[in-house]
Amino acid sequence: MTSSASAQATAAAEAVVEVRDVHYGIGGREIFRGLDLTVRPGRITAIMGPSGGGKTTLLKLITGQITAERGSVRVFGQEVAILGRRALYALRQRLGMLFQNGALLTDMDVFDNVAFPVREHSDLPERLIRKLVLTKLQAVGLRGAAQLLPGELSGGMARRVALARAIVMDPEVLMYDEPFAGLDPISLGVILRLIKQMNSALGIASIVVSHDVQELATIADDSYLLLGGRIAAAGTPEQLRTSTAPAVHQFMTGAAEGPVSFNYPAPDYATQLLADTDE
Amino acid sequence: MSNSVRGNHLSEALRRLGSVAIFLLQLLAQSLAALARPGLLVKQIYNAGARSLIIIMLSGLFVGMVLGLQGYDLLQRFGSEEALGIAAALGLLRELAPVITALLFAGRAGTALTSEIGLMRATDQLTAMEIMAVDPLRYVAAPRFLGGVIAMPLLTAIFSVIGLFGAQLVGVQLMGVDKGVFWSQTQGSVDLHDVSEGLVKSVVFGVACSLIAVHEGYHAEPTAEGVGLATTRTVVASSVLTLLLDYVLTAAFL
Repeated sequence: MTSSASAQATAAAEAVVEVRDVHYGIGGREIFRGLDLTVRPGRITAIMGPSGGGKTTLLKLITGQITAERGSVRVFGQEVAILGRRALYALRQRLGMLFQNGALLTDMDVFDNVAFPVREHSDLPERLIRKLVLTKLQAVGLRGAAQLLPGELSGGMARRVALARAIVMDPEVLMYDEPFAGLDPISLGVILRLIKQMNSALGIASIVVSHDVQELATIADDSYLLLGGRIAAAGTPEQLRTSTAPAVHQFMTGAAEGPVSFNYPAPDYATQLLADTDE
Repeated sequence: MSNSVRGNHLSEALRRLGSVAIFLLQLLAQSLAALARPGLLVKQIYNAGARSLIIIMLSGLFVGMVLGLQGYDLLQRFGSEEALGIAAALGLLRELAPVITALLFAGRAGTALTSEIGLMRATDQLTAMEIMAVDPLRYVAAPRFLGGVIAMPLLTAIFSVIGLFGAQLVGVQLMGVDKGVFWSQTQGSVDLHDVSEGLVKSVVFGVACSLIAVHEGYHAEPTAEGVGLATTRTVVASSVLTLLLDYVLTAAFL
């Protein structure tokens, strides 16, 4: 084995998620055109990009809900696309995911929601499950809300319960889909602190998908900027912020015009306004 | 309508039929596992069955009373009003109870199933289960399907009993048909064949209505409009299929 090949092999062994040259499209629209990225254990990896840029689609690829048309998605060294149902479910038990709206099961209370994966995947006695669930609820500060139903929770609380559920099986990779969307400043601060704490206390790999550049910059170790189906920039948040590439600069500063256009493609404005039709 | 449009409608209908058939096989494959979780199953039998009881009992009572009134009016023209018991019992057991129960089930329990599962889809609950390595077909769809299949014959039986009571109420208490004659005629002419016709029908309708309800919810477009459309499709498809299957089964039993 040559030295570069062995270096590559070491990197592959270290990486928990490796995406290489992925192409993917829905309904004729290309979402990824040669996507590459790596997620390492013990680090918080931020995936930033505009809405509709395929951030959530990337999480679906990693969890094997969809498969890429071309390229490779490897999680813990396994190619996700070729896994059978049983192997895929075994892989998913090592992953945790926090959905934007929490996705709590509405017909059970907070306690049962957090206990759900444990009850499904183990035959632990109920008194152990109780201790486990209370520990996780305490970690997100909601031990007192154990008996509430999901409908009685605020958005920020629902997300914290979902976080407790996502960590109850001690995952090795924790994915957050837009964890900051629609939160008040206090809830946002709590969620930010929790993401950081979970990462350092549990030593897991965290993937945070979001368009909230400022919030992400405070916690991310590695950042990727997803633009036009590719990684437009990668590095530390600081490197991205000081980037001079026009598209990266536009996204990080929030300018309306730049390589990413504010206007959806349309016919000429004046022609359309003056046209004498009943369209 | 051009040929190509007609062709598209036909292929869309066939695609739907195929998708429902595959879904049924998947549900059946998961049903053993669902049976091994009696807690989940009992909850769904309660949801589909017990919660439909009031509407089934009320409808059964009124259908029976109307049957008593109409039957008496018709039979007394031939001077054979004592046959009211037979007419009501056979009409209810073989036809009215299974069909009306299925139609009411589609409107009450079927729509509830579709909208519940559709909303679970729209709020990512089903996806969350998949990510947690829990198969939503096994945990959500199969118990609800089985719950409906088990609840339907029970509801049909209750409909029949209440309906017969309603017919007796009008025929005997109101119109004055002899009570002893009413019951002895009923007992003498209803045999196992009639009961089993109703039972087979109710099981077939149970499978059809529960399958459609669970399938539509599971495959609903994950939006408010999509769930609404799926719920409407459940009622329309279940009702039409119930009446169609009723004809086929009646022809097979005669």
